[in-house]
Amino acid sequence: MSTPNLLEFASALASGAIRVIDLTHTLCPEFPNIALPPEFGQCAPFRLEEVSRYDERGPAWYWNNFTVGEHTGTHFDAPIHWVSGKNLANNAVDSIPPKNFIAPAVVIDCSAQAHANADFLLTIPFVQAWENRHGRIAAGSWVLMRTDWSKKPAAAFAGLGHDGAHTPGPSPDVVKWLVEERDLHGFGTETIGTDAGQAQHFNPPYPAHFYVHGHGRYGLQCLTNLDLLPPSGAIIIAAPLKIKQGSGSPLRVLALTPAERHASNK
Amino acid sequence: MSEPRGRPRRKNPLAKTRQPLLPPGLRSRTALGLTAAAAEGRFALQVCSDCGLVIYPPRDACPGCLSARLPYQEVNPIGTLVVETTVRIAAERYFRERAPWRIGMVKLNAGPLLVVHLHGDVTEGGRVRLALKLDKSGAAVAIALPETETLNMQDDPQLREMTCDPKFRCVLITDGRSAVGQAMAKALSVAGATAVFVGVAEPWKPFVGMDLLHNLERVEIVPLDVTDTESVAMQARQNGGRIDIVINTAEHVRPGGIMARHGVATAREEMDVRYFGLMRLAQAFGPSMAARGADGSNSATAFVNLLSVYALMNWPTYGAYSAAEAASLSASQCLRTELRPAGVKVINVFFGPLETDWFQTVPPPKVTPRALAEAVLDALKNGLEEVFVGDVATQMRARLAVNPKALERELAG
Repeated sequence: MSTPNLLEFASALASGAIRVIDLTHTLCPEFPNIALPPEFGQCAPFRLEEVSRYDERGPAWYWNNFTVGEHTGTHFDAPIHWVSGKNLANNAVDSIPPKNFIAPAVVIDCSAQAHANADFLLTIPFVQAWENRHGRIAAGSWVLMRTDWSKKPAAAFAGLGHDGAHTPGPSPDVVKWLVEERDLHGFGTETIGTDAGQAQHFNPPYPAHFYVHGHGRYGLQCLTNLDLLPPSGAIIIAAPLKIKQGSGSPLRVLALTPAERHASNK
Repeated sequence: MSEPRGRPRRKNPLAKTRQPLLPPGLRSRTALGLTAAAAEGRFALQVCSDCGLVIYPPRDACPGCLSARLPYQEVNPIGTLVVETTVRIAAERYFRERAPWRIGMVKLNAGPLLVVHLHGDVTEGGRVRLALKLDKSGAAVAIALPETETLNMQDDPQLREMTCDPKFRCVLITDGRSAVGQAMAKALSVAGATAVFVGVAEPWKPFVGMDLLHNLERVEIVPLDVTDTESVAMQARQNGGRIDIVINTAEHVRPGGIMARHGVATAREEMDVRYFGLMRLAQAFGPSMAARGADGSNSATAFVNLLSVYALMNWPTYGAYSAAEAASLSASQCLRTELRPAGVKVINVFFGPLETDWFQTVPPPKVTPRALAEAVLDALKNGLEEVFVGDVATQMRARLAVNPKALERELAG
């Protein structure tokens, strides 16, 4: 194998032959957070406190302190996040091998189905039908579930009713199958979590968390712009903050796509 | 009867806003006993423990028997208006711009003769009921009121200088997600506030009572999250210039003590809502309220902070909660001093366990949100500074005055 020419890669980026797409929501206080029953501990929402803004607190400089939970906004889930992954090696954001932060992605478009049914579940037959059109999911790929949920206003995005959240996600079978039969790198969604809104009632509860992290794989949630990605061929750069024993982290998720592939997806 | 106060005319935007001035507010340490009584709406004077003489003005020795034992105690407030006069030209700037101003001398049935402010419905030679009120400077003053309620009594201009009646005023209730916030919105709407802005945080999260809030007259739901500095600042930019009364209903109730609590994540949330939240509200709304402390007859007038009575003494069953409430109380006291130059009152309303979800396992007596709202309304109408609502709070107040150490032990269970 010849030595890769990274300068060619750089010039493709510079020329626009490779397009960089931001899959990240802006971190802001208004963005819905995961809501657990109030007697449980809660993930902190994003908050910003000004330290100084060219004023008596610091005359020539502007800066802020911010607070977030590890699972606030567009964020990465490490295997240690779930009890099924708690004893795995390299299971926290600081110990995950850095090469795992860059991986290819397939995008399964469920937007029409999710639009019709907020409780839509991705199933094995649905993925197999996708494979019939786009080819088998390569081992080591991010599987990103496109629902266009990121386009919804906050209340519809959170989807909270008196019986919990109603947002789409994967069925228990499909995540187990993706992990065992397709050796996925991780599972990514546009919704607040990698699991469906009603996933506490599934068996096992929260199957995406249970299987994906139980096998040392990763999660990405609150993604946006998945509609700009090709069904396959994009490369995802998703490097969480290096938090000691961190269970996850907000992060900037970037996708690299060949420019012409993007055009053909539309 | 008093002239019924109609809706104030809209302000002429070309006219300069009147700046707050204060009546003279210095009092001796002994005289602060009057302030303590006025703050709670009690009529108390010094009564000599040795000879029983009722004393006014406050003294350090009994003019009858020279005893130094002169505790304040509640006294019959009924008396006769012996003489009255109207001040038309005053040296004090505050009274100068409020002249004519009626004052008089009242002979209390209990003995002493007092120089007092006069309500418009009292006449020379008639029987009156004295009340101690806090004036704009925060000092206790006596005002002679009609012995029994008269028509539109609250609308008397001299009395209004000492009260914070919400009628025709704009009110901000900081958290409408809770039963307390909703009861408050309803009470203020019924009380005739011009507008009741009700803050709702995380509007994407549905809550019980949302429809009720939407249907209340003159209630407008606004985005406000006291844990988010920018959200509070935004709301102040939007409506701060017209808000006359802030009622801080933001609450964070969780059971549990200090040691047994696992970590500080929840405690941070408590402090964020109750201490930093109050600070954010003070920084965002305080300055514009202070600038409008004498802005016509519907000036900015009060900042109400709802506090658990366990702010005054820790209840270990809700120990971390009590600590956050104590922090909020301390901040509230600081804010009171900061708003005083503007004549804007800070009203601390202390309540015992509420009839709400978070006190579900606590035995009665409990305070209903409605009772709490009524107490706030009463405090505003009477211009109080310290209010104790319900049996638990009232009893805590009494026990604190007698033996705080005993109360600490009793709360420990």
